[in-house]
Amino acid sequence: MKNLLKYFRGYGKEALCAPFFKILEAAFELLVPFVVAAIIDRGVPSGDKVYIVRMCGVLVLLGTVGLATTLAAQYFAAKGAVGFCTNLRQALFDHIQSLGFSERDLLGSSSMITRLTSDINTVQSGLNMTLRLMMRSPIIVFGAMIMAFTIDFRSALIFLVTIPVLTVIVVGITLFCIPLYDDVQKKLEKVLLSVKENLVGARVIRAFCKEEQETEKFSQRNDSLCREQKRVGKISAAMNPLTFVIINLAIILLIYRGALEVESGALTQGMVIALYNYMSQILVELIKLANLIISIPKSLACAKRVSSVLSVRPEMQNGSDKTVDFGTEYALEYVGCGLRYSGAAEDSLENISFKLKQGETLGVIGPTGCGKSSLAALAPRFYDCTSGEVRVYGKNVRDYDLDTLRGAIGFVFQKNRLFSGTVRDNLSFGAENADDSDMINALKSAQAWDFVSEKGGLDFEISQGSSNLSGGQTQRLCIARALVRKPKILILDDSSSALDYATEARLRSAISKLEGNPAAVIVSQRVSTVMHCDRILVLEDGRCEGLGTHDQLLKTCAEYREICESQLRASEGGAAS
Amino acid sequence: MKKKTLLRVAALLKNRSAQLLASILLAAASVMLSLYIPILFGKAIDEIVAEGINFSAIFSFLSRAGAIILVSALLQWIMGAINNRVVFETVRTVRQQAFENIERLPLRYIDGHAYGDLLSRVISDADQFADGLLLGFSQFFTGIVTIFTTLGFMLSIAPGVAAVAALLTPLSIFVAKFIASNTHSLFKKQSEIRGEQTALIDEMVGGASVVAAYGYRARASKRFEKVNRELETTTRRATFISSLVNPCTRFVNALVYAAVCLVGAMAVIAGEMTVGGLSAILSYATQYAKPFNEISGVVTELQNAIVCAKRLFELIDEPPEPSDEGLPSLPEISGNVGIRSVCFSYSPDKPLIRNFDLNVRPGQRVAIVGPTGCGKTTLINLLMRFYDVDSGEITVEGENIAGVTRKSLRRGFGMVLQDTWLCSGTIRDNIVMGKPDATDEEIVSAAKATHAHSFIRRLPQGYDTPVGEGGGNLSAGQKQLLCITRVMLSTPPMLILDEATSSIDAKTELRVQRAFEKLMKDKTSFIVAHRLSTIMSADLILVMKNGNVVEQGTHAELMKKGGFYAELYNSQFAH
Repeated sequence: MKNLLKYFRGYGKEALCAPFFKILEAAFELLVPFVVAAIIDRGVPSGDKVYIVRMCGVLVLLGTVGLATTLAAQYFAAKGAVGFCTNLRQALFDHIQSLGFSERDLLGSSSMITRLTSDINTVQSGLNMTLRLMMRSPIIVFGAMIMAFTIDFRSALIFLVTIPVLTVIVVGITLFCIPLYDDVQKKLEKVLLSVKENLVGARVIRAFCKEEQETEKFSQRNDSLCREQKRVGKISAAMNPLTFVIINLAIILLIYRGALEVESGALTQGMVIALYNYMSQILVELIKLANLIISIPKSLACAKRVSSVLSVRPEMQNGSDKTVDFGTEYALEYVGCGLRYSGAAEDSLENISFKLKQGETLGVIGPTGCGKSSLAALAPRFYDCTSGEVRVYGKNVRDYDLDTLRGAIGFVFQKNRLFSGTVRDNLSFGAENADDSDMINALKSAQAWDFVSEKGGLDFEISQGSSNLSGGQTQRLCIARALVRKPKILILDDSSSALDYATEARLRSAISKLEGNPAAVIVSQRVSTVMHCDRILVLEDGRCEGLGTHDQLLKTCAEYREICESQLRASEGGAAS
Repeated sequence: MKKKTLLRVAALLKNRSAQLLASILLAAASVMLSLYIPILFGKAIDEIVAEGINFSAIFSFLSRAGAIILVSALLQWIMGAINNRVVFETVRTVRQQAFENIERLPLRYIDGHAYGDLLSRVISDADQFADGLLLGFSQFFTGIVTIFTTLGFMLSIAPGVAAVAALLTPLSIFVAKFIASNTHSLFKKQSEIRGEQTALIDEMVGGASVVAAYGYRARASKRFEKVNRELETTTRRATFISSLVNPCTRFVNALVYAAVCLVGAMAVIAGEMTVGGLSAILSYATQYAKPFNEISGVVTELQNAIVCAKRLFELIDEPPEPSDEGLPSLPEISGNVGIRSVCFSYSPDKPLIRNFDLNVRPGQRVAIVGPTGCGKTTLINLLMRFYDVDSGEITVEGENIAGVTRKSLRRGFGMVLQDTWLCSGTIRDNIVMGKPDATDEEIVSAAKATHAHSFIRRLPQGYDTPVGEGGGNLSAGQKQLLCITRVMLSTPPMLILDEATSSIDAKTELRVQRAFEKLMKDKTSFIVAHRLSTIMSADLILVMKNGNVVEQGTHAELMKKGGFYAELYNSQFAH
C-alpha cells in the first residue's frame, strides 16, 4: 500500500492543505457554543442589547470564516484526490502494458480492467471523503470534549466516558458489518453470474429446455441475496438508535450534574447550555462519520488491489541491441527450444529445432493443446524459452530490444482482435507511416479488400469488438494489419481458421507472392493450410514428431498420415496434387 | 411516463401496505417523541436558576426524557427493520420477474441487445432502485414529520422566534438546488469521458498482446494520458462544485442560528420566553434545516431510482415469446422434416431466405455449406424455433412446428453450436444438461464415446472439476468435446451440428467423427459443415450464399451442375 504514496507527486500540497483547512473550519465551529453561553450569561441577565447584537455578529463572522475555510478545504481535497487518482491510473495503465504475457495471463484482463476503472474510482471518492471529513469528525468530537474541559472539569468527565462508548459502538458495528457486506457482494455476484449465463447461453439453455431449472437456480440465489441484505440491514439499522440513546442519556447526566454545579456556584446556566450544545454537536458529527466510515474499508480494499497489480514485476529483461542484420543467412532459428510455463508441472515444448531462411515457409500442425501457439510465441519473445534458444537473424532474441525484435515480425494471433476506429486506424496500428496504397495492397493480399471496399473502404468504422464484421472478415483484417508492416518474418498462429477453403487458398497464394519475401511460420490444424509449405513440423504433446515436406512426411510420419487421413479421407489424398 | 413508472412502483408495494403503514406511523411517533426531548431538557434547564434549584422538578423532567429516549429509539429501530424488509423483498420480486422474462424473451430481443445492458438492468439498476426506495422510506417520511413537528414545537414556545427560523431555513434548499443544477452538466460530461476512457482501457488491456506485438505501447500510453487529463479536469470541477452543497447550506444555517439567537435573546430579555426555551429553539433550529437538505437529496436519489425502475420495468414488460401453453406436444419423432416456401429475414429491409423448400426423410444427413458469413446459422435458428419464420411453415412429422410446444420440438434436437457454451458448475453438471438423471456409467460411457473421458480423467477432480465461468480453464477443443458429450448422452432423434468439429484437433476429430457416425446413424441430422469428408458423406447438400439457399443436391449432382458448389469445391485444394 505504501507504494501508492508516491502518486501524490505534484499534489502533495493539496493533500496537506485540505485537512489543514478542515481543522480550521472545525475550530471555528467549536467556538459557537461559547459565544451562545456568553449571550445567555452576560447579555440576557443584564439586558445588554448591544452586547447581544455584537455577539450575534460574531456568530455570523464565525460562519463566514468557516465557509471560506471549507471552500478552500473542498477545493484542495478535490484537486488532491482527483490528481492522485489521475497519476495512479496512468501509472497502472503503463504498468499493465509493460508486463509480460505470463504476468498478464496470471492477472486476467477483466480484473485488470476493473482495477483501472471502478477500483480507482472508488479509491478516488474514498480519498476525497477522507481528506474532507475524516479529519473533521475526530476534531469536532475531541475538540468538543476539550472545550467541555475548559468549561468544567467534573462535567467534562461525562464526555470522557461517552466518547469511547460511542466510538466502540460506531466502529464495532461497522467492523462487524464489513464482512457481511462482502457476503452480500458475493451473493450479488452469484446472481449476476446467473443472469449472464442465461443471456450468453440462451440458445443452449433453451435447446435443452432448462428454463425452469435455471429460474429455480436464480430464485435460490436471489433469495439468499435478499436474506443476507436483510441481515446486514437489521444490524446496521441499530447504529442510529443506539448512538441516539447514549448521547441523550449523557445529556440527562450533564444537566443533572450541571444543576448540582450551578447550586455550588461553580457553573452558570449558560455554561450548562454550552455543554449540552457540545454534546449535540458530537451526535451530529458521529452520524456523519458512521455514514462515511462504511465507504473507507471499501476504498482501502480497492487501493490494495490496485497496489498488488502495481507490485507485479515483469520477469522479462529487455535486451539492448537495436539493430537487425537482415543479411544473415537464417532469418529464424530454433535451437533445442523447450518451454515450461511458470507453475506448470510439465514442459509445453521440448527440444524443438528448425532453421528458416528468408522466403521459406514452415507449417506447424498438430492436435489442440500440443504446443503450436507456444512454439509461435517464442520468436517475438512473448515468452522466453526455458531451455535452448531462439535466434532471429543470427542473434539470440534475448539480446534484442523488444520493440526492435517485434518490429521485424508480423505476428497474427489465434485469438485476435481489432480496435474500434476505421480500417485505416487499425492498419496503422503497427505501422504509423503506412500510406493508403500500402494499406490497400495489404488488404488485397489478406483477401480483405473485396469486403472492405464494399463497406466503404479504409474509412469504414469498425465497432467495438468488431461486432459489425464476421469472424472470417476479422481474421483477414488482422492478417492485413500484420502485412502492412512489411514484416521480414511473418507468423500466422492458426489465424485463418474461420476462412472457407477457397478464400484460404487465395490467401496462401498471395502470401507466397508478398514483396519483401518474408520467412513465414504458419500454424494450423488444417492439412490444406500447411501442406504446401517448404517444410512442415508435426507437433504432438510438445514434441516434434516429424519435420519435412508433405510428401516426405506422408511416407515417414505416422502422426501426419493420420491427420491427413482424417481430413482428406474423402478425396483419398488425390485432390491434393 | 414517469407517472406510469410511479404507479408501477406503487402497485408493487400494494400488498405490503400494512408494513408501509406501520413504517409511517412508527416514523411519525419516533420523530415526535425525539423532538419532544429538547423541550423537556429546556424545562429542566429553566429550573437551574441561581436562586434555589428545584431538584425534584429537574429529576422528574429528566426521567421523563429518559423514558421517551428509550421508546423513541426502539421505534426507530423497528421502523428501520421494516423498511429494510420491504425494500429488499420488493427488489427481490422485481429481479425475479425480470429474470423470468429473460427466460421467455424471444432470442431476437436477446440477440438485439448488448448483454451488458440487460445485465446492468437486473443488477445495478435493481440495486439503485433499492437504494432509492430505502432512502425514500427512511428519510422522506421522517424528514417531513420532522419539519412539521419542529415547526409546531417552535411555535408553541415562541411564535415570533419560530417564524424567523421557519422562514429563513428553506433558504438553504435554494442554495443546494442552485449548486446541483450547475453540477448536472459537469457530471454528464464526466460520465461521457469516463465511458470513452473505459472503452480505450477495454481495448488496450484486452488487446494487450496485440499492443505488445505491434509496438503500440508508447502510443497507447499517450492516447490514455490525453483522455486521462481530460477526465481529471472535468472530475475535479464536478467534485469541487458538488462538494459546495454542504458548506453553503451550513453557512445559511449558521446565519439562521445567529438570527434565532438574536431574536431569541431579545425575547428572553423582554420576558416572552425562558432561557430553557431559547436552548430548545436553538436545538430545533439546527435540526430543522437537516430534513430539508435530506429531502432534496432524497428527491434526486428517488428520481434516479425511478429511471432505474423504468429500465427494469421495460425489461419485465417486454413481450415474451407467444405462449405455447395448451398446444400439443410433438408425437414420437422419427425424423421427417419439411420446409415449405419459407421466407425469413432478421430485419424487414434485408430479405434473406425466400421461398425455401426442403424435404428431409428420417436418417438423412443434410450438410449446409457456403462461404464464411453466408448465414448458415439462420437455418438452425429456424429449425430450433429460436426465431419464427415470416411466412411458410416448417414441419416435423407433418406437424407445423409453430403449432406444438417449443419444448417438445427442442427436445427432439441435439445441438452443438460453434460457440461452445458451458455453464458454471462441474464437468458432470455440463454433461448431464440434457439428461439430469443419467447414471455415472452412462456419463462415462458417453464421454468415452466422444474421447472426452481421457482428458476429463486427467483433470484435478475428474468429473467433479468445476468449470470456470465460460469454461475458462478448458481449451477450445476440450469445450467442444464436452458439448458433444452432452448431446451424446441425451440421444435425441435429430441432430444439429454447427461446425461442431472445427476446433478439435485432427486426431481426436477422427475419433469423434467415428463416434458421430454411430450417433448419426438412423438420425436426421443437419450439419453446418466445413470438412470435406462430412460434406461428401451427406445425403443432401444445401449450398448457401448471401443468406439464401442457392443450390441443393448430392455432391455428384452439384458437381455435375458446375455451379457455385463446384466452384467452392474446386478451389479447396488449389495452389
